[in-house]
Amino acid sequence: MTNPLETKQTYQNYVDQKSPNSPILKNCFWAFIIGGIICTIGQIILNICKERGLDTQTSGTIVSIILIGLAAFLTGLNLFNKLGKIAGAGSLIPITGFANSIVSPAMEYKSEGYVMGVGGKMFTVAGPVLVFGISASILVGIIYLIFNTQAITLV
Amino acid sequence: MEKLGKQTIKFNNPPTITATASIVGPKESQGPLAKYFDQTLDDEFWGEKTWEKAESKIIKETVNTVVTKSGISSNEIDCLFAGDLLNQCISSSFGLREVGVPFFGVFGACSTFVESMSLGAIAIEGFAENVVCATSSHFCSAEKQFRFPLELGNQRPQTSQWTVTGAGAVVLSKNGSGPFITHITPGKIVDMGIKDANNMGAAMAPAFVDTLITHFLDTGRNPSYYDAIISGDLGHVGKEIAIDLAKTQGYNIKSNYNDCGVLIFDKNSQDTHSGGSGCACCGTVFSGYLFKQLQEKKYKKILLIATGALTNSTTSQQGESIPGIAHAISIEL
Repeated sequence: MTNPLETKQTYQNYVDQKSPNSPILKNCFWAFIIGGIICTIGQIILNICKERGLDTQTSGTIVSIILIGLAAFLTGLNLFNKLGKIAGAGSLIPITGFANSIVSPAMEYKSEGYVMGVGGKMFTVAGPVLVFGISASILVGIIYLIFNTQAITLV
Repeated sequence: MEKLGKQTIKFNNPPTITATASIVGPKESQGPLAKYFDQTLDDEFWGEKTWEKAESKIIKETVNTVVTKSGISSNEIDCLFAGDLLNQCISSSFGLREVGVPFFGVFGACSTFVESMSLGAIAIEGFAENVVCATSSHFCSAEKQFRFPLELGNQRPQTSQWTVTGAGAVVLSKNGSGPFITHITPGKIVDMGIKDANNMGAAMAPAFVDTLITHFLDTGRNPSYYDAIISGDLGHVGKEIAIDLAKTQGYNIKSNYNDCGVLIFDKNSQDTHSGGSGCACCGTVFSGYLFKQLQEKKYKKILLIATGALTNSTTSQQGESIPGIAHAISIEL
């Protein structure tokens, strides 16, 4: 065997080969199942709302409110991280993950007070998502305006 | 005290390890070494409002326990060496602010325990009669400082390690009947360019091997001289790498080498991935399990090499690699 410590590159290659990978198939499976369940719950809420006579847009808003509330509640009970450990992207990608990413630092930094702790640190995880999400939507909006002159007349 | 070879110090009047103490958190209490610790806690807060306060309380109570166990009154302690992982080592300085003994704050990341013991042994050879060396870490406060909030629903990579909640402390004395600290080999900073903060074992293993081989070259000893060679917190991944690296340089350590991070948790039932880490990993496993083995003469010669990753969350985000360090002490009956 050659000496892996010869250069930084040989050591990196050696470490990559020595380090166990995450179980991708298992993770994908559970992400699909649990992510699917979360979306199904959303769909059920949507259907119920529409059945009771609400329009699609209002029903969608109610779905978001309920899922965010539920995820925040489960985070508070210290259960969402247990779900996230199994589901991975399955609970992270839906709006539930967004709620969790805001509530968890708020809880963690409560010990530093409500202003500098909860207020200051609440968006440490979700901050990048907000910044780039909002920036991207502005960009898309500008492109839409430029290429769709009809939109301007509509405005 | 004399210098051997490049880096090793040999003690002519080797200090005795008079007593050790350890307190651990709930997860460690469910691990395979639970019965060796002085106290096991049921929850991470231990009646305190914050994790930082809880960690300070753990190191404070561990130091109180070790002083009581040693039978030496606290007036006879000449100085105290301690450190931890939290910014500016606040667990140690806050926890030990009421002790009333001269205090040296030590930072060597997870190598702090052996670094403190090395400095303590030098102090004994110099001026002191008795010194206390201590260290602590806490899973929750470490996650908060270095990674993500605990309640965040993310997945941990297979190479990641679990910071041990707890504290370990020892009393070193000039007069005693052993176990003795006979040699120390302070380590160099070794950086082989690993940048993955979730693979500390790989980042620290080259430093471990460097100190290990330097120790053998300086003392003229070989791996079979020791009943056990124990690293601080390389974990399962780092342990395999360390065995490989030592082998390519002509040292076979497979039969008598183990790692505190491997010993403290049961990998399969406790879901700790690559094993334990943190200052308290080496601190509690030595103060609890290994010291007991020495007392019962199951081990007569131990080489304890604590490993540390000298990084912080800012440097990781800036894409810097992780410098590793490893300090060795030779403990013999």
